[in-house]
Amino acid sequence: MNKPNNQGYAAIEAKVKASLQRRQRQETRFRLVGVGAVLIALALVASLFGTILSKGLPSFWQATFEIDVHFDPEIVQIGPKPVQASGESPAQFKERDMAWQMDLGFVDFSQLLVNAIAKHIPAAADSPRDAIALITSGEAFALRDRIVADPSIVGKTVKLKLLADANVDVWLKGNIDRSLPDDRQQLSAQTREWADKLYADGVIKNSFSTAIFLNTDSRSSLAAAGLAGAFMGSLMMMIIVILLAVPIGVASAIYLEEFAPKNRITDLIEVNINNLAAVPSIVFGLLGAAVFILWFKLPMSAPVVGGLVLTLMTLPTVIIATRSTLKAIPPSIREAALGIGASKVQATMHHVLPLALPGILTATILGVAQALGETAPLLLIGMSAFVSAVPATPFDQSTALPVQIFLWQGNELRNFFEGRTSAAIIVLLALMLSLNSMAIWLRKRYETRW
Amino acid sequence: MSMTQTLNIPMSTSGSTVKTHINKQPAAQAQGEVKLSASDVRVFYGQSEALHGVSLDIVKNEVVAFIGPSGCGKSTFLRSFNRMNDTVAGARVTGKITVDGRDIYDPSVDVVLLRAQVGMVFQKPNPFPKSIYDNVAYGAKLHGLASSKSEMDEIVESSLRRAGLWEEVKDRLEAPGTGLSGGQQQRLCIARAVAVSPDVILMDEPCSALDPIATGIIEELITELKKNYTIVIVTHNMQQAARVSDRTAFFHLGDLIEIGETAQIFTNPTQKRTEDYITGRYG
Repeated sequence: MNKPNNQGYAAIEAKVKASLQRRQRQETRFRLVGVGAVLIALALVASLFGTILSKGLPSFWQATFEIDVHFDPEIVQIGPKPVQASGESPAQFKERDMAWQMDLGFVDFSQLLVNAIAKHIPAAADSPRDAIALITSGEAFALRDRIVADPSIVGKTVKLKLLADANVDVWLKGNIDRSLPDDRQQLSAQTREWADKLYADGVIKNSFSTAIFLNTDSRSSLAAAGLAGAFMGSLMMMIIVILLAVPIGVASAIYLEEFAPKNRITDLIEVNINNLAAVPSIVFGLLGAAVFILWFKLPMSAPVVGGLVLTLMTLPTVIIATRSTLKAIPPSIREAALGIGASKVQATMHHVLPLALPGILTATILGVAQALGETAPLLLIGMSAFVSAVPATPFDQSTALPVQIFLWQGNELRNFFEGRTSAAIIVLLALMLSLNSMAIWLRKRYETRW
Repeated sequence: MSMTQTLNIPMSTSGSTVKTHINKQPAAQAQGEVKLSASDVRVFYGQSEALHGVSLDIVKNEVVAFIGPSGCGKSTFLRSFNRMNDTVAGARVTGKITVDGRDIYDPSVDVVLLRAQVGMVFQKPNPFPKSIYDNVAYGAKLHGLASSKSEMDEIVESSLRRAGLWEEVKDRLEAPGTGLSGGQQQRLCIARAVAVSPDVILMDEPCSALDPIATGIIEELITELKKNYTIVIVTHNMQQAARVSDRTAFFHLGDLIEIGETAQIFTNPTQKRTEDYITGRYG
């Protein structure tokens, strides 16, 4: 054997040492790069959340009047709410009721609010326009709704929480430059002064508002604009996605993975599914507009169309993820079942599928979460329309959470809606996070330990 | 009983094969009722032929060991007996295999029934990730062998007893089968195979993942099971073949080189390649 002499061995050792040092340097460098990348990613995520939270959280607290409103019978000049008399036909009663409602429509509810403010600022009675600008316009109609619900309120004085106008909220939170000249301020000098005074007196407070959760979008009463309609629209679409994409996706994945012969056709299908997953989502929107709206004549802006489009978009994700879960199930389990005489379907249903279930659930939830955040395809099927009602069925007009965010961030009253948009993003992110945590929980819960 | 079985195997092996392709066993070779019979079996994976026309007979209640170096086709051949090759994409079997004289590749044969009759134990213990009880009961439930809970309990108990596992697990039947030791898991797999009352048990290197003590237990079990079942076992362990089998078949490169009484194969093989293999010259 050619055993190296001492000299030769030393030379080899020196070489090895040199290369070892090089390798160690490389490893150190590689690790540093990795740590650096993680740190950068963390910093970006932190700054994203920091911005959104710092902008959005204050929006959940809004400038709110806590004020005594006197339902002055002088102003609310209406008779008692009609009750159906015995022997009266429903048509007759309806006519009387309509007339009563009409009367109510002529009542100047704003005057009630002006009077309420005048209790704190006597001068307000003389310039009602400046006074009424303090309270968001929808609250006058809220007074009307109170009377319809309980006519006996007329004549009483009730302490109410009323949302201040969006501009007042902006002014009080300091979201507008207070040194701007009058002609560039949204509120008159008088209104601004009163707002400050009422805030100092504690009549206007910055208090938690449920408007963003409970109200629908509004163009007239901006301070009261909320997400309820968008939330319902998104919810309906998610239900449609879950009902359609999950069974179809899981069934096709099982067929392709467990039963389909491996040949040209299945190869082609597989390639196409992978390609579909990479198709930009806006293309699915075009497809939805062309097929579902123009061809099937489904209504525009409806969650049913949105749900179908998002189903198409989610299907490849669900199929691919389910297939990879099925692939990860050890073949020994299939062999074990087949070996004692289970049919292929039984082996799949009894053994493979239960083992794959946590993975399939995770994949599904992640797919649904992705669909929940999708905006582009919805714009093309008209879901970016302004809708001020909560959809009752999936065929009603509606918008969706991400689309609502898109709409709000384009609103002209930037100072107010910047916060509102961030608040809506927080709601959307909270939904996403809860969906994702559910996926993690399910995976942990049903994971089989081998 | 095992003694009788051994006596059933004729001493003479002179009729053993010279040319593998026409390896038709003389009737004297496999005395007794022929359980499994293969003639000119070829297995193809895609274009390549993994098994080049193998013929042999296996009689009732004997243990036959298949030995040979890796990739010689012995597992492939074994898996042809219960058509497990069907599950491999691109695999194709030609020739004729009969169980009790019935051609198992006949289109009229239900592969599910075949696998109930010809059970299989795999190389790596593969219990279902379910309870011990469910593992054993699964096959019986599939085939509707028990009509009541107590009947099922009986099947589970007798199967576990036959697999020599009952005493160890009778107090924890609801524990997961995957929590047992490797040797216990393999016996659980044997119990699971036994529970569907097969005639034949195919064992594909059942001890290769086990330690010597667990191996010893399984080997004893095989000798015990022989009373009721016909057993075909693939093994890399030649001592194991010598210990448990009545006859041994030596495969090489997809050919059946030689089959004969185990003692004869190990002491006086007729083929040079067999001798080289068992004396450790290759493989």
